[in-house]
Amino acid sequence: MAAPPPPSPPVVQLTRVSKTFGEVTAVNGVSLEIRRGEFFSILGPSGCGKTTTLRLLAGFEQPDPDGGEIRLLGRLVNDERPYQRGIAMVFQNYALFPHLNVERNVAFGLEQRRRPPAEIAERVGRALAMVRLDPATYRRRMPAQLSGGQRQRVALARALVLEPEILLLDEPLGAIDLQLRKEMQLELKALNEQLGTTFVYVTHDQEEALTMSDRIAVMEHARVAQLGTPAEIYESPRTAFVARFIGASNFVAGTATRRSGAYWEVSRSGGGAFRVPEHPAVRQGGEVRIAVRPEWMDLWRPGEVPPAENSLGGAVREVIYRGETIHVLVGLPDGEDLTVALRNEGQLSKPLPWRRGDAVAVGWLPEDCQVLEEG
Amino acid sequence: MSGPRRRLLAWLQRRPAARAWSLLGPGMLWLVLFFLVPLLIMAAYSLMPRGTYGGVQPGFTLQHYRRFFDPLYLAILQRTLVWSLVCTAVCLLLGYPVAYLVARAGRWRAALLFLVVLPFWTSFLVRTFAMIFLLRDSGLVNNVLLRLGLIDAPLTLLYTPFAVLLGLVYGFLPFMILPIYASLEKLDPTLLEAAETLGATPLAGFRRITLPLSLPGVVAGCFLVFIPAMGSFLTSDLLGGAKQLMIGNLIQNQFAAARNWPFGSAASFVVTALVLVAVTVYLRVRDRAAEGTG
Repeated sequence: MAAPPPPSPPVVQLTRVSKTFGEVTAVNGVSLEIRRGEFFSILGPSGCGKTTTLRLLAGFEQPDPDGGEIRLLGRLVNDERPYQRGIAMVFQNYALFPHLNVERNVAFGLEQRRRPPAEIAERVGRALAMVRLDPATYRRRMPAQLSGGQRQRVALARALVLEPEILLLDEPLGAIDLQLRKEMQLELKALNEQLGTTFVYVTHDQEEALTMSDRIAVMEHARVAQLGTPAEIYESPRTAFVARFIGASNFVAGTATRRSGAYWEVSRSGGGAFRVPEHPAVRQGGEVRIAVRPEWMDLWRPGEVPPAENSLGGAVREVIYRGETIHVLVGLPDGEDLTVALRNEGQLSKPLPWRRGDAVAVGWLPEDCQVLEEG
Repeated sequence: MSGPRRRLLAWLQRRPAARAWSLLGPGMLWLVLFFLVPLLIMAAYSLMPRGTYGGVQPGFTLQHYRRFFDPLYLAILQRTLVWSLVCTAVCLLLGYPVAYLVARAGRWRAALLFLVVLPFWTSFLVRTFAMIFLLRDSGLVNNVLLRLGLIDAPLTLLYTPFAVLLGLVYGFLPFMILPIYASLEKLDPTLLEAAETLGATPLAGFRRITLPLSLPGVVAGCFLVFIPAMGSFLTSDLLGGAKQLMIGNLIQNQFAAARNWPFGSAASFVVTALVLVAVTVYLRVRDRAAEGTG
């Protein structure tokens, strides 16, 4: 993902934006820039401030006085109302107008802009086709006569028909069943690429964010915890929160004892030792916390771990069959668990040798340690 | 649980029809006995010759209906219609903004709703009498205006069409506010947000989203005001005096003072028919309009 830096100014620019509701700080000094055509996700658990951030972009909320700057296409929009901002939005509950049929729903924005009827009809037809709704079949249906997935397509068409520069999406797939959701994820990504529209997508579903996004801002407690490409977020989480929220992680802590070459040796608090690559957060005698993805760890018989790898000894506590992978829970002597995800190569033909109670060693490369910052 | 009771419940459990009837029965019986039967009796009376001391004589006649189309009575009917329509319009103009405000009042909503229904705690009769004290020549309104030096002599407010209209609007306003409030309260605020992102100013959002979606409440409110206004007699009697008769007064007089029950019945049916026709025509028009937007 080494895209060259774009020449145009960012389409969306938040500079230290804050928003408080009474005593509650919903968004706290958030700064971020979104590039033209990007599929940008804001990801986080409920209450992290992601929806408020989107509502600030849309103009439903205003930042606090001296609560930073919001710029869209370079224009300061802090005090602009939603209808002045030229953004389009897709809502979680679709927000289709129940008294208007599909065609009139999609035409709403164009009618508001007083486009000629012929142009409206033509563009509405095109927008419906774009979201794969056959205009002839669905034009005259009322929202109540549509399934959840169809409603979401109409809502999408209603927003896209305006050919907006920026499309805001607030958990648009949250109410759709899993199979259809996966389909729609790919379709949304395809629309983003095909139209060149900037998508700002709010979700609490990490898998969804990883699948679709060019970049992700992970939010926690009203702040951006980490901003980066899916690979950066997944493979190099900066904090324990990000490591835990995006995928699964094993956490190991200890004290840096000495430096050897490009590595620090860390003595684990509960026994054992391991090496981590150099990192600004690691100091002699300082506390070190790392995260390691379960699929980056491997299991060996005690003493057979290759010398280049870190190794911690323990006993198999549980073997969990998950289909694609098999999770082996290894209990360390001090009572902590590590989860090792092994690829399932077929338990009927090539069963794993590990049984509950077996003495094992968990091995992983020092390069796969993600040194975590506080927070 | 006692044996017979359990057996009865078990029996009802097995027979859905019996269960439905056991719930519907009492209410239906009430309506049949005290609404449908009297209505049929009145229908019969309206077609029979008048008895000398009230009541009717055996026979069949259309004379009561013919008599109703006398210009004197038609004028009363016309006045009633106009006043009821004006009353409905004024209630709508006053009531919609109130309902809109209450629906958006957040935590004040319950308190404001309470204020809207507060007048129901006093009898309509008492409230109408109270209006007399406000409107009469030496009443509060005239007193205040005189003190302020805005007028030199008391205005004649009582026993005018204005007083009747005021009384009608005062009495029926809550019936307009409540259904409109109910429809506005159901309205999903995200719809207005969606409209705004589509370029609609708040005014356009109101016109294209809020207003059409609150129309069922408006229609219900208009019916709830117009229909009882057509039948009202107390307000015009107390605030309009003898000069401002409404059709309700005419009917009441026929049944009470004039002891002409058949004519009173005939007049009642003419009014009922009129209201039914108005409602039917309205519903037809609305359905046709809905097909257009749908």
